[in-house]
This record gives sequence, C-alpha cells and structure tokens, in this order.
Amino acid sequence: MLPPAEELKAAIERGVPGTVVTLDGPALYLEPQALLPVCRFLKSHPEYQLDYASNVTAVDYPPDPAGGGAGRIEMVYHLFSMAKKHGPVAIKVKLPRDNPRVPSLVPVYRGAEFQEREVFDLYGVQFDGHPDLRRILMWDGFQGYPMRKDYVPENQDAPA
Amino acid sequence: MAVDEGLKGEVQKQGVYVTTWDELVNWGRSSSIWPLQFGLACCAIEMISTAASRFDIARFGSEIFRASPRQADLMIVAGTVTKKMAPQVVRLYNQMAEPKYVISMGACATSGGPFHKGYNVLRGIDRYIPVDVYIPGCPPTPEALLEGLMTLQKRIKERSMSSAVERKQNEYEIPEFGEAGLEPRYNPNIFKPLTHPIQQFASAKPTSPIQTPPAPGSS
Repeated sequence: MLPPAEELKAAIERGVPGTVVTLDGPALYLEPQALLPVCRFLKSHPEYQLDYASNVTAVDYPPDPAGGGAGRIEMVYHLFSMAKKHGPVAIKVKLPRDNPRVPSLVPVYRGAEFQEREVFDLYGVQFDGHPDLRRILMWDGFQGYPMRKDYVPENQDAPA
Repeated sequence: MAVDEGLKGEVQKQGVYVTTWDELVNWGRSSSIWPLQFGLACCAIEMISTAASRFDIARFGSEIFRASPRQADLMIVAGTVTKKMAPQVVRLYNQMAEPKYVISMGACATSGGPFHKGYNVLRGIDRYIPVDVYIPGCPPTPEALLEGLMTLQKRIKERSMSSAVERKQNEYEIPEFGEAGLEPRYNPNIFKPLTHPIQQFASAKPTSPIQTPPAPGSS
C-alpha cells in the first residue's frame, strides 16, 4: 500500500536532497528540475517501485479575464506500480504559459514518449531530452496548440 | 421506357415475361451494391452489425464489403471524418470505379455532429465529395442504414442505365494540409456554406454557464 501523501512528501525530501514538494490534496507539486530525480527515486525505491507512468498530460489554466495573473500550464503525471499493485501517485509541475519547458521523462519511463509528443502537439510544452519531439496527432505544418484555451479554430465556412 | 403494368400482368399469365433492358440491368445493379470496407468511428460498429446475421445486409445484396476501392460501388462514410483523414477519404473515392455512390452515415459524416466546433473535425464529407444519401442519427441504427441503402436502390432503379453510365463523377480535388485546417476548406463546385442564422451559433454567448443563449435576432 502506498503511504499517505504527507509521508510520501517526507520520503521524497529525505531521499532527494534539495527537493521541495508542495502538497495539494493527493497531488505532489514539484519544481521542473526536480522531476527527473524524484521519478528515479520513486521508481527505484524498494517500497514504492513506481515503475509505470500510466498517464502524462497537461492542463491549461488561462489568465483570469478579471486580471488575475498570467495563467499557467500544469503537467500531470500519474505513476503506478505494476510490481506492488498500487497507485496512482499524482505528480504535477507548474509551468509558465509563454515558454513551458520541462525535462522529458523518457529516460526513466520509455512509455512516456508518445504521451509527451501528444502534450507537445496539443499544449506546446517543450520536453528537454525527448528523443523525437514532433507532432503526433496533428500534421507537420499545423500552427498553434489547439488544446490551449485561447486557441480559436478556423471558420470552415469562410470562403476558400 | 416503362412497360405498362396491366399489360405486363396480362402477358405474364400466359407465361410471357416482358421487361425493359433498363429495368433488368438496374435490378441487377441495385441488388449488388458492393460497399467499400472501411469505417472511421463508432458508426462503423453499427455498419458491422448491419452486415452481421441479425440485420443481414445480404438480404439487399450488399454483403460483399470490398477491401479495394477498385471493386466497390458504394462508399459508406461511417463516422467522424477528421481533417487528417479527409484527404485519404477523397482519394479512396477517386479510386472507385464508375458509377459510384456515397452514403453519409450519421451526424459526424454529414455535418461534423457533436464535433462541429472542434479544431480537428471536418464539418461534413459533402465539402469534398458528392453525397447521394444522408442518414441522420448518432449513430444511426442498422435499420436506418438499411433504409438508406433502400433509398439508394430506389434511386438507381429510377434512372436509366445509360444516364448512370454517362453521369461520370470523375475525380475530385484532394485537399491539402494547411496551417489551421484543410486547403481549400471546401470544394466550391459542389458545396455552398449555409447562410441561415442558425449557423451563426458563435455570436450568442451565455453570460453564465446556466443561462441559455437568446434566440438569434430576439434581443
């Protein structure tokens, strides 16, 4: 069984020195540079053995129209353990909307490759260290990131 | 030229069967419409069950789903046509042998359906290829697909064979990928966008999620 989030946070901060984990309910918020070492730690830890990144996605929080902040893009990772049959551990990373960059998880979890390509395709997040970062659902030459809240789809009825 | 029904019945009693060449050929053509075997979304599941034993499309002579467009007479556009798939659908249509027919199955293939405001879905396959029969539904039941097939059979029987042979569809332009969608957005030779106010759905926005937008032109 997985320990509660508070214990997990304490274990991560002990195991990966210099890491600050912020809790929000069951979710663990990390700084971008801490993502890879923390995932390595969780994967190799004998009690957790979180060997499976089941879900890699992102959420776009646009700026508040009333003038509250610049908005953000949050990366969301759900880690499970096939060996221990437990999970998920939800890890989130806050990124700026204008230049979202985060280290790629592919060196740790090979299965994250296509999901990170999808996040790049639809949200425009740059994954440093990704072996093959290009669009996966939309075609090459497509402009913009359609799952962002401020993306305006074309008017298909406009004259050709 | 049709045969007088009364006369036909009269001579049939004497053991003579009278028909016309058109009637004979169209009977054969409409009873052996081979569809192209491809599906795009959940409508394809209904198409598959139409082909299976419970609904049994073989009763209408259309049980041979051909995996090659060269051997198919009918394209059942069964499901959501994404912008990425649309050029391939048009290409398959171009490769089909004449005379060829298209059934637009379901809300997505007809208009984009629930995805018509999306960034990746084509708002109707009739933007690029001519459609003979539209079937409403999301997805249409197998009975509805059979109804559409019967409508197509009726149409084939109504026209003379020579007019069907002369009515060449030829090839239609294959759209290219652009920056936000396909270029051109539709084939102006066969498609005109509607200008009815109901199409201008984006102009009326609710101020809060529970408030419904006012009817166009009411405020």
